[in-house]
Amino acid sequence: MTIPTLDTDDRASDRRADPATEKRRRRAAAFADAASAGWKVWLFKIVALGIVDAMAIYAILVLVVQEQWVIAVAIAVGVVVLNAIYLIPGLLPAKYLAPGLVFLFIFQIFVVLYTVYIAFTNYGSGHNSDKEDAITSLLQQSQTRVEDSATYPVQIATRDGEFFLVVEDPETGDLSVGGNEMPLESISSPEAAGYDVLDFSQILANQAEIGALTVPLDDDLNDGYLRTTDGSNAYLFQSSLEWDPVADTMTDTETGVVYRDIGTGAFTADDGTEILPGWQVWVGGENFVRAVTEESIRGPFIAVLVWTFVFAFLSVATTFVLGLFLAVVFNDPKMKSRKYYRVILILPYAFPAFLSALIWAGMFNQDFGFINQVLLGGASIPWLLDPILAKVAILIVNLWLGFPYMFLVCTGALQSIPDDIQEAGRVDGAGVWQVFRHIKFPLLLVSVAPLLISSFAFNFNNFNIVYMLTNGGPRFADASINVGATDILISMVYKVAFVGANRDYGLASAFSIIIFILVAVISYVSFRQTKVLEELN
Amino acid sequence: MKVMNKRALGLSAFLVGGAVVLAGCAGGGGGESSGGADNGGDSGAAENTLTVWVDADRERALQDVATAFEEEKGIAVDLVVKEYEDIQQDFITQVPSGEGPDITIGGHDWTGAFVQDGVVAPVELGDKAAEFEEVAIAAVTYDGNTYGLPYAIENIALVRNADLVPEAPTNFDDMIAKGTAAGTQYPFVVGLNPQNSDPYHLYPFQTSFGNSVFAQNADGSYDAANLTIGDEAGQQFATWLGQQGAAGVFNLNLDGDLAKEAFNAGQAPFFLTGPWNIADAVDAGVNVAVDPIPSAGGQTARPFAGVQTFFLSSQSENALAANEFLVNYIATPEVQTALFEAGGRAPALTESFEAAQADPIVAGFASVGAEAVPMPSIPQMGAVWDDWGTTEVAIIQGSDPVSSWTTMAENIQGKIG
Repeated sequence: MTIPTLDTDDRASDRRADPATEKRRRRAAAFADAASAGWKVWLFKIVALGIVDAMAIYAILVLVVQEQWVIAVAIAVGVVVLNAIYLIPGLLPAKYLAPGLVFLFIFQIFVVLYTVYIAFTNYGSGHNSDKEDAITSLLQQSQTRVEDSATYPVQIATRDGEFFLVVEDPETGDLSVGGNEMPLESISSPEAAGYDVLDFSQILANQAEIGALTVPLDDDLNDGYLRTTDGSNAYLFQSSLEWDPVADTMTDTETGVVYRDIGTGAFTADDGTEILPGWQVWVGGENFVRAVTEESIRGPFIAVLVWTFVFAFLSVATTFVLGLFLAVVFNDPKMKSRKYYRVILILPYAFPAFLSALIWAGMFNQDFGFINQVLLGGASIPWLLDPILAKVAILIVNLWLGFPYMFLVCTGALQSIPDDIQEAGRVDGAGVWQVFRHIKFPLLLVSVAPLLISSFAFNFNNFNIVYMLTNGGPRFADASINVGATDILISMVYKVAFVGANRDYGLASAFSIIIFILVAVISYVSFRQTKVLEELN
Repeated sequence: MKVMNKRALGLSAFLVGGAVVLAGCAGGGGGESSGGADNGGDSGAAENTLTVWVDADRERALQDVATAFEEEKGIAVDLVVKEYEDIQQDFITQVPSGEGPDITIGGHDWTGAFVQDGVVAPVELGDKAAEFEEVAIAAVTYDGNTYGLPYAIENIALVRNADLVPEAPTNFDDMIAKGTAAGTQYPFVVGLNPQNSDPYHLYPFQTSFGNSVFAQNADGSYDAANLTIGDEAGQQFATWLGQQGAAGVFNLNLDGDLAKEAFNAGQAPFFLTGPWNIADAVDAGVNVAVDPIPSAGGQTARPFAGVQTFFLSSQSENALAANEFLVNYIATPEVQTALFEAGGRAPALTESFEAAQADPIVAGFASVGAEAVPMPSIPQMGAVWDDWGTTEVAIIQGSDPVSSWTTMAENIQGKIG
């Protein structure tokens, strides 16, 4: 890359007759300015873009190999846009915004869109991939070795570009050869019959074709066929499923039952039995419908929803009241060594919540926990076993974890309230309580209210504490999904999606969207309300 | 070079629109963003490289095997170390995207989920099957096929502090009597928890009444259509469990850690646990002996056996090489013994299994393991654990045993259809 250098003094020349030439000259001059003034910047720009482009091309190549066209095109377009932004002069806002937008797209927008997409599919256990994979797996799984059949030592041979198995009879040692749809026939030696025997490296180079070789034992297909899984031994297999690519059906060779693709994401017989694995299909709003109509899901869902609101609201309320009380107390100038108390009060906030919750879980143990044993003198209170007490325990722990934050923000807000307003109140004869009630508190709310709303949103999805302290228990006995009395929506979603053998990503994504809508609506309405407070100033 | 490759892949994924992550997702790979750098996906670039997911313990043992295999067969083996807890989920989500490994290690009880999701291929052991312990082969058998190659068997047994009680108990009541006579704080400990007790640890007592969760087929696999947990024998076990709960033998609040602490501190002569707690007990100075699990119902107490397995991906483009590696390398006594020495779990191959018996503790666990039943690997098992655990909690806490137990069986039946 050579940077053209222009003599910039040329600008003083008096050849200004031709406007087109003038325009070109100005452009060239601007280019030259940019180039000469900031050649380091240019160099950096070119190197950085080069790296990004190289990686993009590599990524696109990988994606093309994997036949992921949509993503490949998306990346190609993205990179072209990036290059345009940084190479075209001007576009200053875009130059600053582009990196952020790229990350926003990858880590936020894409994730959200993908979750929405999954919510409308049946993705989950048994519907894990596409139809092609499902058919491959079904055929793989349906091949079972004929019981008590012999092991046949084999060699792999080739002729005219086709592959064949050279089979040694395990009893007599006689050789025979066979290929796809070509039953075994005796030969004296493979070379004599015009076959080339492959060595191991050649076998490895053609694994797919050799692994797919099915050599009928004789003309009767019901006798089974030979397959090799390692290139040195073959076994006699029979297949219990037959796939008809034209009719798109699976037929059970033993019972004769025909399984069809009826659009539900698995081959289904006329009586409704499915064979798994199935594949992912678009199911529309079915997951949302299930979430609100299926009795065994709806019951716990409503209980969890109510508890989630109660938990989030009480968490905010309790932590705020305690934090505010402490903030007011430690804000009093008459209090000695306030600094040290403040440091101690921050400690629960500084300690990782994960560990705190685990330690609290141990402390709440009915027979061995610190709380029952030491604080309550050997009482046997089932803190985490009783639905009501478990909820109380969670609120206590959350109060412990959450009050320092409220203490911090309230301290900050209190210190920003001008003293003269309070003085004025006192001069007018207001008591301490009245000053707090009518002056401090409303002014404090102006700055703290948005934080209370965000704290509500945070606690609404406070997965850690539920997971580490009670794991959602005690469990509802009558629910078909694994949920319990202290589960909040997010921990329920986690269990539906990732716990146990029956994962249901579709349902979990649908729940996620429901949660998103709830939190968004509550936040929006609350923020609208807090605008009223701003009239105070 | 391969490492560089993966780094570059990870970087490009990160910088240029998470290409690989997105590719995984677009291929139905699930929303787990695997930064690329830690998922040894073979993106078709490396010809004849076997990618194997292992955990850190197994990696050391397999390193030599991998080198030997490469020298002899010319196939590179790329061992990718992963957290054991993540393997099951990652395998299910990454195999369909083409980013998964050729082979992964795992627990045999994942088989059902793997088969249902179509991510594993059968491994034909041929005549080798006879060289393995029966329980190991039964464990990896599913629907008439063997999925994976077993390499270690793991089960619980009764661990005894020989300084407190010199001889093994003959049955459950005898154990409690001996434990009480020892004068320690607890006659017997087992790790339970107040949410769902621990059906896994209580199962040997359940089998000693002749009860099982599902009926077993002739080949040792389980018949999902035949739920037997609620039968007469199961109700007898429930009654017994209620009696023991009332007598205070089973303490739900004594969790695994507390039970271990109590045993290691000499506060209990008997501890029902697995090989994973032995090292700490020996370090704590306990004179450890491993006994058969005492029977509560008169029949042999059979615990669950967990069998560690190498699974073969259904999407592997190196199926022949992978089979060669598994059947002709991993299934050899040298390798099985090396894996045993790395992990301390009894080998699955009979020859190595017998060689490992030189260690009395391994021998103790193994003799119980020989009577063990494989943990069911059918996906329906997922519907069983929760109800099973909560019902055992209720019975230990004093609810009516027989009616709770039969209600539980009905609920489970309702879920598995």
